This record gives sequence, structure tokens and C-alpha cells, in this order.
Amino acid sequence: MFGSGVLKGMAETARNFLGSYVDKDRLTTVQYPEEHAPRIEASRNFPFLVYDGPDPMAGLRCVSCFICEKECPPKCIIIEKSTDKKPDAVGKPQAYPVKFNIDVSVCMSCQICVEVCPFDAIKMDVDFEQTATSRFDALLRTKQQLAKSNEYYHQIHPTEAAAVDAELAAARAKAAAPKPAPAVAAAKPATPAPTSAAMASPVATAPPTAAPPAPPTALSSRPEAACRSGETRSATTEASPTPDAPAPPAKETASE
Amino acid sequence: MSTLTLDPIAAKASLLKKDGGQLLEVSMGPQHPSTHGVFRMDVVLDGENVVKLKPIFGYLHRNHEKIAEDETYLGSMPYTDRLDYFCSITNNWAYALAVESLAGIEVPERAQYIRVITAELTRLQNHASLVGFLMQDMGASGTPLMYAFREREKILDLFESLTGARMMCNYMRFGGCRVDLPTGWLDQAKKVVAAFPKFLDEFENLLVSNEILMARTQGVGIIPAELIVNAGITGPLLRASGVNYDLRKVDKYGIYDRFTFRVPLGDHGDVYDRYMIRILEMRESVKILEQAMRDIPEGPFTDPKTKVRNFRPKPGEAYGRIEAPKGELGFYLISDGSPNPYRYRVRPPSLINLTVLEEMCLNRNIADVVIILGSVDIVMGEVDR
Repeated sequence: MFGSGVLKGMAETARNFLGSYVDKDRLTTVQYPEEHAPRIEASRNFPFLVYDGPDPMAGLRCVSCFICEKECPPKCIIIEKSTDKKPDAVGKPQAYPVKFNIDVSVCMSCQICVEVCPFDAIKMDVDFEQTATSRFDALLRTKQQLAKSNEYYHQIHPTEAAAVDAELAAARAKAAAPKPAPAVAAAKPATPAPTSAAMASPVATAPPTAAPPAPPTALSSRPEAACRSGETRSATTEASPTPDAPAPPAKETASE
Repeated sequence: MSTLTLDPIAAKASLLKKDGGQLLEVSMGPQHPSTHGVFRMDVVLDGENVVKLKPIFGYLHRNHEKIAEDETYLGSMPYTDRLDYFCSITNNWAYALAVESLAGIEVPERAQYIRVITAELTRLQNHASLVGFLMQDMGASGTPLMYAFREREKILDLFESLTGARMMCNYMRFGGCRVDLPTGWLDQAKKVVAAFPKFLDEFENLLVSNEILMARTQGVGIIPAELIVNAGITGPLLRASGVNYDLRKVDKYGIYDRFTFRVPLGDHGDVYDRYMIRILEMRESVKILEQAMRDIPEGPFTDPKTKVRNFRPKPGEAYGRIEAPKGELGFYLISDGSPNPYRYRVRPPSLINLTVLEEMCLNRNIADVVIILGSVDIVMGEVDR
């Protein structure tokens, strides 16, 4: 009969329409501004800088090695390196970024900066609700705006952050273990020992305590850190502490 | 008919017919909902019949190939996502395949399976939304498209939990994949794939025997097998004209020789055949997915020897091609031993499939042009690059 195909289709739409009242699978939309779809743990959009401890600027893990700036495909990262040094997350004196800008209007969220970073200093954020009235001021993020705490990282990517923390703890233990021999030499000239200890203590205590308050959907656990070969990690260890490393002045936290 | 010209008097003269009537030159697009992006067609009409059609592209040109020559090999990977933004994972795969054959990298077993699973999921969501868009072009406003997007969303959720992004996945790496499958991902994927045939049945109930659909699509936009082979058309278009050519069977790239699946073929090469080919291909993809998800082994998901940074393949050239949902997607690379490719060329299926648009549309109505273009399945990001 002509028209039977159309009627068959209409029956299908009717089944879908009525089914949406009883079957959750048929009603998949949410009323967005009021309601949010459950966040998926692995999701990413823009990078941020991780810091340890209470002070965002002092605790930045970034040592301004320029690897991410070089590898970023659209070249949206601008770094300026410091002339003095301060202890990094492992306790070695390293340079720190005086300026670290990311042009979010250029960034394409590809995560390559995260993959190449040997210091676990840059990670992907999940905050997608961003608006700005100007292209140049608001979307050019400075390091003050980019710095977010390790606890925040634990909140948004719990499994990934736990893996990174375990890896960092291992690196720190490795750096601390053979210390006695060079530490004697390092302790003689100046006073780097107390500063590195002061830096290391909040770092060591902070990470494991951060319990994720709202774990995202249990669809993922990312052994991404495990896939990092030892090759990248060795970049931190090969920069051995120079004995004449100046103790970082207290005012450096207020740099910039 | 002379070529279209900018001179208004000459243009008017060229549009005069011998019997005193006049042809009408219409510019369809570039921002027209039926053109699937910024694409323009200069159509010359005699009444409602198309006598000439000239596709004009380039509105979305982003200099992809030239940019890639200044990028590292890895740096081009996220740019390939933006070619055919519906199927970023198959784009990644084609590029990874080219680089792997350039540098002689072996891919571990598990990574091969992950690649097949993600690529076939990509094919499912591409074909589902294509069929939805085709119905939208035909005037079935919304319903089939929304049903298709409902299913697509489930697959995109899988992609997001695996790769971190719904569409710009940036997932494949040379010698494997970026991350392993998260725990529970495979069970979730099995659930989605098991439910997919139900959606296809529903879709067929909704449309396949619909009289309006048959009247609009059968016998429309026919393209003979000889022309389609000579024009280099690949993918579902080629198979809808009855030519048995599927790179998954021909090249057996990856591990496609391990799966049993059939290649659906059409008889007439009209829009209806192209529509049905997509539905049947989705059913075959479901079969491949079931086998792959059953057989996937444990093991490394990437080749640990390949470096992320300072990747320099030895000098040489390579062409890697796969059966992307839209046709043969190929990457041609020349390496001079530096970290950047010396030459980087994309063979996009969408662009080459568009070249026979005029032959398909001649002597058809203007309304048929819309559905013929819809049945070609183009994404302008890939056409213009």
C-alpha cells in the first residue's frame, strides 16, 4: 500500500517520543545551564601550571626549559627564563619562569605540551566555561592566572594525578638517596641545605592528603605517567646540583 | 555553454538561449545549510534543470600542508584532526601509518586492535550522522538527524573517556596510541556496540521503505562505474556503483585480514544506493568491532622505542593510506632526515569525490543537487585543508 512506509516511520517516532517518558536511554539531553552532564575524567581543554605548597608562584614546578614552547604546534606558549635559581619539586636548584604566558585563543588543546614536559609542570584543565570580552587581554593568560594547585589537579584528574605524584615521590627519593656524598660538598660553601629542605617538606606532605571530593565518572584510569619512559625523567636527574647554587632569595616569590 | 565570466554583458549573453529564453545563474552557498560547510556552487539553471555546475572551494583553506613542513612530525598530528573533523581518529591513523612506514616502526599487537576498534567506532558515528544529514537535506527536518546524533553522542563519550576530547582526539602516536584503554572502557564500548544494531533497525523502520525517500533518491545522481573509476573516486561512492574496492580488503593494513566482514556493493550508483551502502557498512563495522573487542590481547599499547621528541626518520618517502569513512585517505611524506617533513601531502577523499559533482547533477532539478551533494559526504575541512 502506498504510504505504508511513511506510516511505519511515524510509528517509530511515536515509539521514541512515548519511550522518552519511561526509558532513560531515549532521553539523553540535559538542560545545560541548570544541569551539567557528568564530567568524564579524561576530558581536557586548556593547559595550566601545577604548583606545590601554599605559595603559587614559589611552588611552580616549571623550570622554564622551553621544551613545551618549542614543541607546541600552534606556538601559543611564551616563556621568559629567570637568571637566578630556586629548588624545584625534587629539590634541585633550577631556573623558574619569570614570564609564562599561554595565548588561549591560539591554543588548540592538543595536550602535546603535557606529553613532552619532563617535570610534570603543565597539565590539562577541564574548565570549559570561559568567556572574555577582548581577544588580547583576557585570553592571554599569565602565569599568575595559569597557576593551579596540585590539590586542584587531584580533583580534576584523580588517577592521573596519583600516578604523577607517585612518580615524583620516586624521583625525590632517588634524588635524596645518594645525597650524603654530594651533600657534604654542597653544604660547605653556602646554605642551600635548609632551603631545599624547606621546599621539600610541604611538597612531600601535600599530595597524598588531597582526597578528590567529587570523583568524575569511573570510566577511566589513565596510566599515562607509566608510559613515560625513563628517558624524560632522566632530564631532571642529569641536572646535578651545582655546589655554588645561590640560596633563592625570599623576595623571588614576588617576582613579576 | 561558455565559461562563467565576471563581465555582466558577456555573462548575460552567455545565458541567452537560442529560443529566446534565458538561463539563470545561481550561486549556491558559500553559507548555505545544504552545502555542509563553506562551499559554493555556481549553478546555471534552465528553468529548474541544471545545465552547468561549477564547484568552488577554498573558503576554508588553512595551509595545512605548508604548516606541516614547519612542524615536527608529532606536531602535525593534532592538525590532522582538523582535516575531516568527524573522523579525527582515522585521520590520525593514516598519518601515523605513513610515518611508521617512513621510519620503519612496528606497532604492537594491542595497539593494532585499539586502532581498529576506534577507527570502526569512527566509521559508525560518521555514517550515522551522514545519513542523518542526508535526511535533513531531503527535508526530514530534525528527527533522523537527532536519532543519529543520539547514538553518535554515546560513541563520542567513549572517545572522550579514552582520548580526552570528543572530536579533536589527537590519539594515535607513531608506533601505537597515546594512552591505553582505561579500565572499564572496553565494557562500556561493548555495551554501545551491542545496542547499535537496535538503532540501525529503528533507522531502517523509520526510513528505508519510506515512499518519499524512495521517490527522492532512486535514480537520482547516477554515476556509472566506468566514470567513477576513471575519476579516482573511492569509498562508499565507489562501492555504491558496484565496484568492489575496499582498502581494508585490498591493502589489509593494520590487522584487517584477521576479521571476517563483507563489503556491501550497490547496483545502480544512485543516491539511494549510497544511502543503503552506509547502513550496510555500519552493520559490517559492528561485526568487526565485536570480533576485535573479543580478541584484543593484553600487552604494550605503544612501541617503547619511538621517541616523542627529536624524532628524525631517515631520508626517504612514504605513502600511507587507509579506508577512511569517506574513502581513501592518504598521506605522502618525504623526509630529508630533519625533524620536519620535507614534503607533506594529503590525499583527501572528500575533495576527489567532489570532482564528479557536475556529472551527477546535470539535467537534474535544483532540489536534487542538494541531496546529491549530501550523498557524497564531504567535510570542507578536508576539501580545502
